[in-house]
Amino acid sequence: MNFTLKIWRQKDSASKGELTTYYTSDITSDMSFLEVLDKLNQELIKRGDDPVAFDHDCREGICGSCGMYINGRSHGPQRGGASCQLHMRSFKDGETIVVEPFRAKGFPIIKDLVVDRSAFDRIMQAGGFVSVDTGGTPDANAIPIPKKIADVAMNAASCIGCGACVAACKNSSAMLFVAAKVSQLALLPQGQTERKERVIAMLAQMDKEGFGSCTNTYSCEAECPKEISVTHIARMNREYLKAVLS
Amino acid sequence: MGTLLQFYTSSVGKKLAVGLTGLFLCSFLVVHLGINLFLFAGDGGESYNMYAEFMATNPLIKMLEVVLVVGFLLHIFTSVILWFKNRSARPERYAMYDAAASSELSSRVTLLTGSVVFMFLVIHLRTFWFGSRYGNEAGYTMYQLVMRAFGNPVYDLLYITSFVILGYHLRHGFQSAFQTFGINNSRYTRLIELIAAIFWLVVPILFAAIPLYFLRMHYMTGGIV
Repeated sequence: MNFTLKIWRQKDSASKGELTTYYTSDITSDMSFLEVLDKLNQELIKRGDDPVAFDHDCREGICGSCGMYINGRSHGPQRGGASCQLHMRSFKDGETIVVEPFRAKGFPIIKDLVVDRSAFDRIMQAGGFVSVDTGGTPDANAIPIPKKIADVAMNAASCIGCGACVAACKNSSAMLFVAAKVSQLALLPQGQTERKERVIAMLAQMDKEGFGSCTNTYSCEAECPKEISVTHIARMNREYLKAVLS
Repeated sequence: MGTLLQFYTSSVGKKLAVGLTGLFLCSFLVVHLGINLFLFAGDGGESYNMYAEFMATNPLIKMLEVVLVVGFLLHIFTSVILWFKNRSARPERYAMYDAAASSELSSRVTLLTGSVVFMFLVIHLRTFWFGSRYGNEAGYTMYQLVMRAFGNPVYDLLYITSFVILGYHLRHGFQSAFQTFGINNSRYTRLIELIAAIFWLVVPILFAAIPLYFLRMHYMTGGIV
């Protein structure tokens, strides 16, 4: 397969970036999108050019590193997968593919496709934790949790913090990310101690980081590689209301 | 008061303000439609004029009118603030942005549809509210005012278009408000969808039926009003 790649190249956060066109050939349909970038980078290095910078780590859709905006969508055209899980069979031979970094005020560009997602870390530091006594390992079944609740909490906990929700949202809102974290901990007994403070602190930090507000377009849910439900946003709104009013 | 202000300054608080005022405005739509339905009574406007007179003179209604104006202003003001905040959250736009792949158009254009509804409201108030409160030179009753206004096909088209757009605004707005209030789970989804359909479909259709009714009357009577 052959592709025309239009990739966002930006030297550093202070420079102005632009889309640069590259041509790739000898691509097989079972190659992942990141492998295509690897191949392109090999060619660029051989030519003495600067390779395209992009984040990646596990390459199996669980680390949340490889966030990029492919053909106008977070992680490209597939549903329920990260950029590393995107295979070239999702594209037509000869297609032009536009690759951009996740764009948001809260995610400043570091270089090319690499963005600084430490805003998410600061939101987590604001309240995304639980108080646990030190000591011996607690018994796994000491705190019974109903299966139904455990399942919903697991859906929230599957968030890998990749930022696809922010990137896809027309408002660059981080509500799905924050809601997944708030929801997961609010559902489980271990998260009860800081329940009220958590939702207020995490939302305040989210606003401070410059993310937009949610207008319920639900594009976050549609583009989330872990298919996290927007019902978690509703739960967070409830948590916030309860925390503020009580 | 401090809590309320802190609440309003947060993004979730502002969303709640938009949702609450939006639902309040929806309740106003129902009351307004209820009175408008008397236009179809076929009594030459007698009952409609009576209710119009009541609405124009009752002191309680006049007080509620102030609440309504505040509701409108808060809804518009907060939505506009949020719109600017949301725009500034992405300083550099995408070269390629396929929003249609992940969201409904109605959810992305509420400020636009809302602006059209607002412009319609200004025209509407000029024609009817102003006429009912401050009288009109010719001394027409409210029913006669309605009849005369809707005898004009251009005005009717404007009206019907506006209600199609209002319906589209509510297509997203109504259920979105419940999501913002935190009411979104399988137990209530169907019920909310059903009530939402009354607001985005049935209510606008009934409102749009009024100009059509009078336009038909206009041509049946040869335009003699």
